[in-house]
Order: sequence, then structure tokens, then C-alpha cells
Amino acid sequence: MPVLKVNNLTKTFGGISAVTDVSLDIEAGEIIGIIGPNGAGKTTFFNLLTGLYSPNSGDIIYNLDSKITTHDLKPHKITHYGISRTFQNIRLFQNMSVMDNVLIGFHSELKYGVFCALFRLPSYFKSENEIYKKTDRLLDRLNLLDKKYELAKNLPYGDQRKLEIARALAANPKILLLDEPAAGMNPRETRELMNLIKWIKDEFRLTVILIEHDMSLVMNICERIFVFDYGNLIASGTPEEVQQNKKVVKAYLGEEVE
Amino acid sequence: MKRLSRKQIMIIIGLLAFYAVTNFMINKNIIDSYLQLNMIVIGINIILAVSLNLITGFTGQFSLGHAAFMSIGAYTSAILTANFGQPFILSIVLSGAAAAIAGILIGVPTLRLKGDYLAIATLGFGEIVRILALNIDYIGGAIGFNDIPQYTNWTWTFILTAATIVLIYNFINSYHGRACAAIREDEIAAEIMGVNATYYKVLAFAMGAFFAGIAGALYANYFYFIKPDSFGFMKSIDILVIVVFGGMKSIAGSIVGAIVLTIISSFLQGIPELRMIIYSLILFGIMIYRPTGLIGDDKFIIGKKKRRSI
Amino acid sequence: MEQLLQQLINGLSLGSIYALIALGYTMVYGIINLINFAHGEIYMVGAYVGFALTTFLGLGFLPALISSMLICSLLGMLIEKVAYKPMRNSTRIAALITAISVSLFLQYTMMYFARPDTRTFPNIITNRKLSFLNGSIILDVKNIYIILITAVLMVALQYVVHKTKIGKAMRAVSIDKEAAELMGINVDQVISFTFAIGSALAGAAGVLVGVYYNTINPLMGATPGLKAFVAAVLGGIGIIPGAVFGGFFLGMTETMVSAYGGSVFKDAIAFAILILVLLVKPNGLLGKTTREKV
Repeated sequence: MPVLKVNNLTKTFGGISAVTDVSLDIEAGEIIGIIGPNGAGKTTFFNLLTGLYSPNSGDIIYNLDSKITTHDLKPHKITHYGISRTFQNIRLFQNMSVMDNVLIGFHSELKYGVFCALFRLPSYFKSENEIYKKTDRLLDRLNLLDKKYELAKNLPYGDQRKLEIARALAANPKILLLDEPAAGMNPRETRELMNLIKWIKDEFRLTVILIEHDMSLVMNICERIFVFDYGNLIASGTPEEVQQNKKVVKAYLGEEVE
Repeated sequence: MKRLSRKQIMIIIGLLAFYAVTNFMINKNIIDSYLQLNMIVIGINIILAVSLNLITGFTGQFSLGHAAFMSIGAYTSAILTANFGQPFILSIVLSGAAAAIAGILIGVPTLRLKGDYLAIATLGFGEIVRILALNIDYIGGAIGFNDIPQYTNWTWTFILTAATIVLIYNFINSYHGRACAAIREDEIAAEIMGVNATYYKVLAFAMGAFFAGIAGALYANYFYFIKPDSFGFMKSIDILVIVVFGGMKSIAGSIVGAIVLTIISSFLQGIPELRMIIYSLILFGIMIYRPTGLIGDDKFIIGKKKRRSI
Repeated sequence: MEQLLQQLINGLSLGSIYALIALGYTMVYGIINLINFAHGEIYMVGAYVGFALTTFLGLGFLPALISSMLICSLLGMLIEKVAYKPMRNSTRIAALITAISVSLFLQYTMMYFARPDTRTFPNIITNRKLSFLNGSIILDVKNIYIILITAVLMVALQYVVHKTKIGKAMRAVSIDKEAAELMGINVDQVISFTFAIGSALAGAAGVLVGVYYNTINPLMGATPGLKAFVAAVLGGIGIIPGAVFGGFFLGMTETMVSAYGGSVFKDAIAFAILILVLLVKPNGLLGKTTREKV
């Protein structure tokens, strides 16, 4: 059973169709790449998958611990279901420390009530201690531990991208959505990121869906690729298949003049 | 994290000693009634500033109606103690609760608004509360509410001020407080990380209102007399000024700010004609030379260094 | 029916005043995103300048109006230079508190020098009343003056904003300050000019109110200032036609509410309408809905 099934998804903004009749299946444990020219509707697709937008028509069905359908998708609920994401234009909590950013990732795991917090009842100490330990461990695994007290906004760009992934991982997702994780990175950082994504996928047993313009990254690590153009899903398949596809070549390079 | 760090134990001992000494001095009349009045006003202002800081500083919701919550608490306590002869402790709790309910009622619809729009909506709410109070005869209307029993003393003020600080400090250093800070930084990212922004904004608003209501009860039962115009727009601004002057996101800043500004305004009482002119110049000077407040840049937040960024 | 028409005229006059003040709020907000709380006080200063010129110098209505507008625009520019310019890179709240400090300073300095008592504005417009429909509608000449002068000023403003070079620069700065600067626009000058125009309009409103209601006092700017701001937000802050619309809307509503027995609640109703409008249209009645790009 596919972990994510999308049926005939359509989203329009004031008459302009950003995502048109998209259907696809994603199996558990895959690394999926979504590519396409700028404005092809890739980020809109992510926003639909995370409940930031609601579709005009079509369905989104997740088969996670339970079955999640389109109308269950609210932004603040997706981490509870096991879905987590990063943003194209990094959205860290700028004036908070690296550690606090990751701590917020654990939000849906924490259960003690406001009353426990106000009066510091035992469950407060128990949960907080546990979360601080987990945060340290996660930061350690992503090589950010030495920057734990730095403000997020003071990190170098590559580390900010990494921190955003760390924060998303803190929510203990089963599906991780990465929106242009390599944007703005130099080739060395991109190579590191590639290894990181592969490692994360195995280590945390995730399904990864990523939007990316860096073809070396996509072709290297993605098992399957979906190609968007003008809101339509124009092709899908393995990296080799997609590279051979005429429509894809046309979308990227334009039509050959005969 | 231990139950109580050494520093926290020191703070508790320091506070108890401070209370013992001040109370002794009040009993021996070393602290006269004028000084005591200022101490109580400082306490009330600390409660107001720390509670507004929770809303505006920590959660990032710009409110210009804090005095309205104070007035709801003040009138509730006045009615309960003067008209129904209820004990002070009960009327304090109910004053806070009444203000918190008002906070939820106004917060649920308006907290969808952002920035200046929220500010102007809360300002409007404050004015509506004031104008309604002016026209309700049961609570004295424009003439004001008289003969409120004077229950507030230094002990009540001290305990409630300390409790407010501790509870709000505990709140912001829990995952609930982190959620509020995340909303301030980036509401969409906070939501995506599992924070129910609406819930936390309303929660912060209700908690802030609760403590403002308590401050109102202390105020009403200290000054015997309240009138709607004591809780107008300018009072809300006064509270906001303390928060900004002390430093947003800093509880210590709000405490220091409340102390300094209360003392300044108490000195200015002596020159009534020039009082507001000098006050406005001081405000202006602070904003020009220290726009981040006394304790800005996230430094010196009480508590552990590793928590400083919240 | 007659009463309704009469109230319409009164509402139009009050709305004119709100609209004139609201324009300054909206222009300043549009250009530097600041709620200029001192704006109501400029209106108060305008009334006092008009009062001084007519009472002590014996000036007529029009010379007093124009001088008051000039003095207010200088005051507005001065306030911007001294108080707001240093705050341009501070937080919104710090800038807001600066504006409030300027407002308090003007109120209480005026109170210190001009004494807190209410002053009576001299009758510089002959108190003629025109009656229509057998005297059931009385149109005061003052109403005509207010509505006419407001209309003239608004047409002039529209001309300046849409047909002149500086107006184009204002619009450019309000959309994107950095880009405007890169295109060679002197942003400081444009901001200064915006304050000058907004303050002149407030000054005019001050004199008109003095003439219309005959009394002025140092705290007269506070409530109309707040309400003009409400009017600006109602119409959609930063949008010039919005401020005019909001001003008239508020003036009308308030007059109608007072006329039909709710005068004690008229201020509360203004704010209640504001909150309701914001809930339905968070960017004001004429504002466009924007959504944050994710």
C-alpha cells in the first residue's frame, strides 16, 4: 500500500491553476525527487501536502499509523501524523538558539499540561530532561552540537539548512518533505547534503520527498522522479527514464526549432 | 535539570529575606505610608508589565488594551468585596478569571489579525470596555466606584507579584512557552512544527489577562476608589512603555522597568504642571538612546544561561 | 425624513474633519509604516494657531486657514526630522512609543503655555443659516465651508499624488523604499514632504473644527485623533481613498447613532465597527487581501 496517494489534485489561485489534476503514488522508504522549472507548482504541491493550502479538488491520502485524508490536513497537525517539512526560503526561528529550534521540533511529543508547567510538577522535569537529552543527541548526529547556543540567524547558510532538517527530524516523521534543500549551497556542501539525506533516510527509516533544482543531487539519490511543468505532472520514473523523456527535455530546454 | 538549582534557592532565600525586612520596617513605621504606597504601586506595575510581556514580548502579539483587563479585574473585585462582602482571596481569583474570560472572548476573534491591526483592535476593545463602564450605573458610571474595602497591603502585593513572576517564568521555560516564542518568530513554521498557533495565542492572551485582572483587584482594594478613566488608553500605553523600556522578552527587564518608571513618575508628582512634559521627554530619550530597552538583546534573562534565547 | 437630511449634513461635516485627519495618518503609514500618534496633536496645534491668528492678529478665515496649514506642515516636518528619522531602523513598538511621547509632549506643552482651559474660537464666519423646506432643514454656512474646503483639499491632494513628480515619488516610496532609492528618489525628502502634506491637512481640520464647534482645548486632539486613525484603518490604511471613505463613513455613523439616542455609546460603536470590519476584511474595506508566500 502506498504511503502517500494523491488523486487528481487541483489548486487554483484566482483563475490561475498552480497544480492541475496531479495523481501519484509514493511507496514507503523511497527517496522521491520533484523537479520542474520555476513556477511549475512544486512548492504549491508541498503546501497542499502539508495543509497550508486546501485543494480545489482531488484527494491526498496518507497511510501512516492511521489513514489521513485531505480534510484531516491542518498545518499544526501534520507532525502528529508523522509528516514533517522544510521550507524553500529557510524558516527558522531566527532569534532563538539552535537548541530551542530543535526543542520546538519535539513539540508534538510533549504532553504535560499548562498546569504542570506553571507549578513544575514532576512530569515537567521528566519530560523536559528527556527532550533536552534527545535534542543533544540529534544535534550531535547532525554535527551541530558545538553550535547549540548560537542564535539560528547567526549560523552560516549551510548550517541553517541543516538545522531546519534537524528541526524537522525532531518531530519524528515517517515522511520528510524537503523544499530545495541544496539551494544556495556550494558543490561541497551539496555533496555533504546528499550523503546526509541518504544517511537520514536509512537511520530514521523515512520516506523522503524532495524538491530540488540541483540535478546532480536529484539524479544521484532519488529512486524515482516526478516532473512538474505549468502545474501538470508531465513525467515520472527512474532518473534514467526521466532523462530520456522528450517532454522533460522540452520543458527544460524549450522546443527545438526545425 | 534539577528541581531547584543553587541560584534559584538563593533567589528564594533573598526574596524571603527581603519580605521579612520590608515587613518589619513597615510594622516599625520605618517605611512610612507614602513609601509603602509606592512599593505597592511598583508591585502592581510589575504584575501588569510581566503579564503584558508574556503577550507582546514573548508571544509577539501587539496589544494596546492591557488596561482593559486590569479594569475588568478591578471592577470585579470591587463588586465582590464591597457589594457582596466576599473574602479578598476569592475576589482576587475571580477577578483574574473574569479578566481571563474577557481575554478569551476578545482573543478568539481578533488574534487572527497581525501586527498593527491587532494593536488597533485591542485598543478598540479597551475603549469599548471603558465606555461601557462609564455607562453602567451599577458600578458608578463616570462618577466611579467608591468605598471599596482596603484589603490590599504589602503582604498581598508581595506574594502576588512574586507568584506572577514565578508562574510566568515557569510558563515561558516550558514547551508551552517555547511554542509561544516560536509563534512570535515565525507563525507558519511554528504551525508546521505542530504548534497550534491559535490555541497558544489565546492561551497567552488569557494568561496575561488573568494576571492583569489580579493587578486590577490589588489596585481597586488599595485605593478604595476606581473610575473607568483610570484604565483608559494611556494606562495601556504606560504598561507597554514599562515593557519596552525594560526590554521585550525579559522578565527581569519588566521588573526593573516597573521599579524605575514608578519611581520617576512618583518624583514627577511633585511638579504637576511639568510632569507630563518631562515624562514625554524621558520616554523620547529612552527610545532614541536605548530602543531595545534596558535589558535588551536577550541578555540577563533570569535563569540559566542556556535558556537565554526564549 | 427632514431629520435624516439634517443629520446627513451634520454627518458630512463631521466626516470631513475625520477624513482630513485620517488622510495624514494613512499617508504617513503608507510611507513609513508608522502609526503617527502625534497626528491628532498637530490638528490641535492647527486649531490653536488658527485661534491665535484670528483672535490676536485679527486675520480673516482664509488667511488664518492657510497660515495654520503652513505652520502645521513645518511642525510635521520638524517632528519627523527630530523624532522619527532616528527611529527608522528601530522596532515598530519603539517607533510607536516615540510617536506617543511626541503626542504627550505637544499636548502638555500646549497646556503649559496656553493653559488647560477651553478657549472660545472667534466667530470669523458670519453666522448665517439657510433654511430649506419651510425651515425644517437648516444649513449653516459653516457646514458649507467645511464640506467645500475639504472637497477642494482632497482634489488638490489627488492632483499632487497622481499628477506631479513628487506624488509619483511618494507612491514609489510607499511601495518599495529601497527600490525607489535605487531609482534616484531622495527618500528623506519624500518622507518629509509626506509629513508636510499630512500635517497641513490636519492643520486645516483644526481650524475648521474651531470654526464649527467654537471651542478648543489642549487635549482636543486625542479622541478625534484616535477616531481618525480608526477611519483610516476602516478604509484600509495606506490607501488614500480609503481614508476619505473611512472618515465619511465614521462621521455619518457617529452622527446617526447620536441622533437616534445612542450618543453616550457613539465612541464605543466606532470601535466596535472597527473590530467587526477588521474581522471580516482584515485589510480594511478598500484594502486588498494579501497572503503570505510560503
